[in-house]
Amino acid sequence: MIGAVKRRLNSANFADERAGEMVASRSFWADAGRRFLRNRMAVFSVGMLSVLVLFAIFGNLFSRWSFEEIDWNVLGRIKQDGGPSLENGHWFGVDELGRDLYARVVQGTRTSLLVGFIAGPVSVILGATLGALSGYYGGRFDRTVLGAYTIWLAIPYIIFFVVWQAFFGRSMSQMILVIILVNWTAGLLIVRGQVMMLKNREFVDAARMLGMSDLAIIFRHLAPNVLWVVVIYTSLVIPEVIMMESLVSFLGVGIQEPNTSLGALLSEGASTMTFGTLWQLGFPAAIFVLAQVSLFYIGDGLRDALDPKER
Amino acid sequence: MLSVENLHIRFRTGDGLVHAVNDVSFSVDAGSRLAVVGESGSGKSQIALAIMGLLAKNAEVEGRIMWDGQDLLATSNREMNRIRAREIGIIFQDPMSSLNPYMTIERQLTEIVEHHEGMSRRAARARALEVMDAVRIPDAKARLRAYPHEFSGGMRQRIVIAMALMCQPKLILADEPTTALDVTVQAQIMQLLQDVQSDLGTSVVLITHDLGVVAGFCEDVLVLYGGRVMETAKTMALFDQPGHPYTRGLLRAVPNIEDPSDALTAIPGSPPNQHRFPVACPFAPRCADVVDTCRETLPQLRDGRACLRPIEELT
Amino acid sequence: MLNYTLRRLLMVIPTLLILVIFAFYLMRLAPGGPFTSERPLPPAVMANVLERYGMDEPLYVQLWTYIKNIICCFDFGPSFAQKDRTVNDVIAQGFPVTLTYGFWSAVFVLALGVPLGIIAALRHNGFWDYTMTGLAIFSQIFPNFVLAPLLVLLFTLSWGLLPGGGWNGGQWQYIVMPAIALGTSYMASVARLTRGSMLEVLGSPYIRTARAKGLPERTIILRHALKPALLPTLTYMGPVFVYMITGSVFVDVFFSTGGIGQDFIDGAYSRDYSILLGLAILYAVLTFALTLAVDLLYAWIDPKVRAGLS
Repeated sequence: MIGAVKRRLNSANFADERAGEMVASRSFWADAGRRFLRNRMAVFSVGMLSVLVLFAIFGNLFSRWSFEEIDWNVLGRIKQDGGPSLENGHWFGVDELGRDLYARVVQGTRTSLLVGFIAGPVSVILGATLGALSGYYGGRFDRTVLGAYTIWLAIPYIIFFVVWQAFFGRSMSQMILVIILVNWTAGLLIVRGQVMMLKNREFVDAARMLGMSDLAIIFRHLAPNVLWVVVIYTSLVIPEVIMMESLVSFLGVGIQEPNTSLGALLSEGASTMTFGTLWQLGFPAAIFVLAQVSLFYIGDGLRDALDPKER
Repeated sequence: MLSVENLHIRFRTGDGLVHAVNDVSFSVDAGSRLAVVGESGSGKSQIALAIMGLLAKNAEVEGRIMWDGQDLLATSNREMNRIRAREIGIIFQDPMSSLNPYMTIERQLTEIVEHHEGMSRRAARARALEVMDAVRIPDAKARLRAYPHEFSGGMRQRIVIAMALMCQPKLILADEPTTALDVTVQAQIMQLLQDVQSDLGTSVVLITHDLGVVAGFCEDVLVLYGGRVMETAKTMALFDQPGHPYTRGLLRAVPNIEDPSDALTAIPGSPPNQHRFPVACPFAPRCADVVDTCRETLPQLRDGRACLRPIEELT
Repeated sequence: MLNYTLRRLLMVIPTLLILVIFAFYLMRLAPGGPFTSERPLPPAVMANVLERYGMDEPLYVQLWTYIKNIICCFDFGPSFAQKDRTVNDVIAQGFPVTLTYGFWSAVFVLALGVPLGIIAALRHNGFWDYTMTGLAIFSQIFPNFVLAPLLVLLFTLSWGLLPGGGWNGGQWQYIVMPAIALGTSYMASVARLTRGSMLEVLGSPYIRTARAKGLPERTIILRHALKPALLPTLTYMGPVFVYMITGSVFVDVFFSTGGIGQDFIDGAYSRDYSILLGLAILYAVLTFALTLAVDLLYAWIDPKVRAGLS
């Protein structure tokens, strides 16, 4: 579904169609805001996501255990005693090593959301900036960027990702860095198209005649006009980034133990499900799905609000 | 041969009902040529689609369309398929998009007679060549295997006409056949239609917004506005003495080559709101000769004109 | 057409070269290597080992030797971590496995996705249409690494219908779940895309022309609408193959198929330079081959593109 939206955003006539309107005005954002608030599913999802964020930040306050502490009382009898329980304070049960799953899920949610909400927007800003420069200057710079874009998209990102992770440590900041590097193409094409359309407009000519520098024109005059595209794109990239992080964590080359992420927890849960400790898969999976569902509907709502023509 | 009786067409849309065609009646005799004239949005194309049974799914139709004693509106799609192309052919407006870009010209022509007349591929190809010659496509044999994008706009419209002619139907509906084409090509295509019509004796309903196209070709004219018939007359009579203020406005908007001093005048205002069924003359808001009653009474078609004011009084 | 193919093939060489050089230096400049372990080897032994693998030479010489061996003898070198195995051995053993279920997965994607999309378009707003929208959202939220455990939970642990992993020479029972886990979300995308383009084509003027010809509905769909409706799906297959290759790494690991994905991850853990490089090249070549095949197929089907290429 994300693919479909991206294809529309990247289609040749889309830039044309949209550049016809000036969308930097204040009423545009006000209208969009109203449209978004009317979308019940999207508003509900914002609430759901907020709960998840609060859970990631303050969830620890309700935990009796830390995420690395081993509960020796249940260690040998995890299948019998390690399940979710109110008595011993393991709300979500314990993991394979007897650590409190609730605390670990809080920690994993925090990692996944942090990665998503930092790496996602930064990648889009990077891609959008490159796209804007490429569209504005054209010529050889544009051709080089576009060539690199094409080649990059043709290579499965997992190759680069796994190699990088294996060789350059597995900390959170490394993870965010590599995701940004992998996603540098996000939003590039669509912003490039928009800028190519906009740069021939009168208001850009006027700014040029006033002696504004190219960079000032790009950031002060063009950027507000492509902001809505960047917002839509970011809403698509964030869940994708969380997915990416989870995938590599699942493969065992993600965040270093004892830190964890939803993907790593899913992986551990999946590997122990034959032993009947299904809660170890269930809780991380539920949180992961909840996050994805709410991000999906928020993205959907933003798209409808900012690009109403599509409906 | 064809008679349309009290035809109403409405569309259910997100913003409510749209009354596209309101109480339109006319008939076409064998071998005759009728022009249906109106600006875009007057519902003229929808009438053609209604005759073919090709209206969009959200359309509601009322009235009767009698074809050889059969009501086409009450005919099943399966039955309609025996009438389409075989008895009534249609030429669509835009030859760029109305041909299938992924099929050769040959296949798009031959499939018609293969289906309707059970012809072999070889016989169908011979027929296709014949018809392509008739619509004057040069070097037809070599071009059979070509795809639509390899032809110019004018040539494509000839192919579309050829398609309509494959089964030699009794009636051809030509929906703005020249609008999408260059002016020089327009004349050629109209000439072609005329030749074909007189050679085959087919009836033609020409749907257009361009009175200039009508002049040399059609015997009768039906003027539509806001989905209603404003005036119906013989072409010559209509040009000599238009009976309806709208027709006058239309005629003034046609450039007159013989008298360049004659300034072109546009009709002020914009087409009517079609969300309600008209209760007054739809043209009243734009009419120069409007009187108060025009805004309250729906004029009926009488003596070929639907106007409340006597003809002598009009400026 | 031939010209175009050759041009595309020529493009592959510099791209691969860049990839190799980039990956080579990236790995070598990173700290650690295949022979660093918690208990360091005595310097003399280390020197010996390095010499045996040609790692005592300057980096660019090693790179040159590596490339030379590939070009002249199709030799991707020995594995650093797995004793007595060459990269060629590893690929020869694992690649057929990945390729086999990958192929069936692609079949699953197309054989289910395309008809589903067409039915949904023809029964617009009907049961199948809603089913498909649901499926599309489902696949968005359950990526392969969530779906795969669910499949195992149901088909292996609950119902005992299918083995939860392994390969066993490629018996069909061992292929089903990897193929489904790998393909489901792309199947949904393909269905959605096909539905969209089918709806668009059915509303196009040339389909109206076909209806005006009095042709039966079946002929209109099969002869007039199908081909143009499938073209967007076809172009989409290029990216789908790229995604599926990514997904196969996960599937290989999760289902222990013995495919190259597992070797790739193992290689990353053990810093097995040659395995990583060799598999990276293999993945890249596979991607290029598949996308080229898709593009050529497209050009062959679309008369406009075909005309433009010759």
